[in-house]
Amino acid sequence: MARVLINFPPRPKRGEIIEIKTLIQHQMETGYRLDNKGAVIPRDIISRFTCTYNGEEVFRAELFPAMSANPFIAFSTVATESGELVFSWIDDNGQIQSEIRQITVE
Amino acid sequence: MQLLLTRRRILLAASGIGLASFVPAAGATEEAMAGAIRDLTGEAPLAPGKVKLELPSIVENGNTVPLTVSVESPMTEADHVESIHIFNQKNPQPYIAAFHLGPRAGKASVATRIRLADSQKVIAIARLADGSFWSDSADVIVTLAACTEQ
Amino acid sequence: MRTLLAAGLALAAATAAAAEIALDARRSGYDFASPEIRAMQDDESANPGMLWVLQGESLWARKADAAAKSCQDCHGDAAVSMKGVAARYPAFDPVLARPLDLEQRVNRCRSEHQGAEPLAWESEDLLALTAFVARQSRGVPITVTASPTLRPFLDLGKELFHQREGQLNLSCSQCHDDNWGKRLAGSVIPQGHPTGYPIYRLEWQSLGSLQRRLRNCMTAVRAEPFDYGAPQAVALELYLMERAGGMPMDAPAVRP
Repeated sequence: MARVLINFPPRPKRGEIIEIKTLIQHQMETGYRLDNKGAVIPRDIISRFTCTYNGEEVFRAELFPAMSANPFIAFSTVATESGELVFSWIDDNGQIQSEIRQITVE
Repeated sequence: MQLLLTRRRILLAASGIGLASFVPAAGATEEAMAGAIRDLTGEAPLAPGKVKLELPSIVENGNTVPLTVSVESPMTEADHVESIHIFNQKNPQPYIAAFHLGPRAGKASVATRIRLADSQKVIAIARLADGSFWSDSADVIVTLAACTEQ
Repeated sequence: MRTLLAAGLALAAATAAAAEIALDARRSGYDFASPEIRAMQDDESANPGMLWVLQGESLWARKADAAAKSCQDCHGDAAVSMKGVAARYPAFDPVLARPLDLEQRVNRCRSEHQGAEPLAWESEDLLALTAFVARQSRGVPITVTASPTLRPFLDLGKELFHQREGQLNLSCSQCHDDNWGKRLAGSVIPQGHPTGYPIYRLEWQSLGSLQRRLRNCMTAVRAEPFDYGAPQAVALELYLMERAGGMPMDAPAVRP
């Protein structure tokens, strides 16, 4: 499991627009680099990132090799109700890493 | 002793000793970018405006370039940003990322970090709910780091 | 001949001492970095180095291999016990009768107290632990100072710092004492203080140790880099810390 850092205000007010910052440890191998024998190092990147809020998708990103290693993505959402935010990172092979965070809306 | 190290000399010295070298594609990315943008917008007009693409004008390393893109929009059900697409001019591929928003976003603003292989232009295109396309661009100068593994 | 040599060395030493940066003129790599890089470092929820700190935090509490002890079992809360530690490393180990840097100290603890295998240089786990420990010294001024036991190692480090090396025949001092602030191939030359280690270097796209960074410098002047853990490497680290005395630690730093 890759290390993940997720940050957002834990107790926002209802209707407040909150900024969510996400950072995941991943090399994001571009598929354009050569190893020291001249062979291409195969591409291996996170190609999709989604965030759902109590089951509904509120943000989605398609990522390409031009995204930096250890991808950082910050986006906003409206704090509508308390519940669960689920963050998913999906790589080229379809492997998914999901992280769940509680949000308490006052 | 005068320091006569120039970028050219360091690059020449580094060639052939690299552990991993970068292989750029055959130079047609500007065309590929135009094609990729056409694929997105189709016949619809593309106008500069509404979008603000923020990138540093010069970076010390092309591996991690911070980017923020925002679009003026009330982000209501009727009037919101559906998606923001980032393209580049000189990397092997024209695509960088596509972000899908919607009224639940509250505001249309995304920050991330990208890789730029060389000094080049980056373009951000926003698609609004009414099907219109708006854009902004930024030029970035990419310098090489000194004293690397190669 | 010996007199000439002695005179030559004395002159070199005098010049070297004169070239060292005065305390009030010492500036960390942070000051030479762009606003974007500084912003990346300052925001703990966006600093990529924090991914390793997070990993280190969980390793701290984990029992290592066969032994029943974790770092926490002896050292308790790292925020308390490790505060200031990285700021005074490399430190002298009386049993081995030489200085150890933080990486070597962690491995020594593992072998002596945890019955565990040492972690490989630049391995994810070792980087995570050193990042976590160094993080606890944020803001603490560097306090590696000369003592009779450290003196010979400091002298070696200082000599290495001023010694020309490699095909380009340059010494560390020529760039980092005499030409800091000027540009080398588009990059600003920093003073070369180790306040932020282990650093997230954008060039590596990963966290890395001071020794890795020093090896990059040596490769750049086309010198054979010191092996990881070599006495010269540790002596150089020791000297660099003494040379940065009084500067606050800012690990994990972000650097180009």
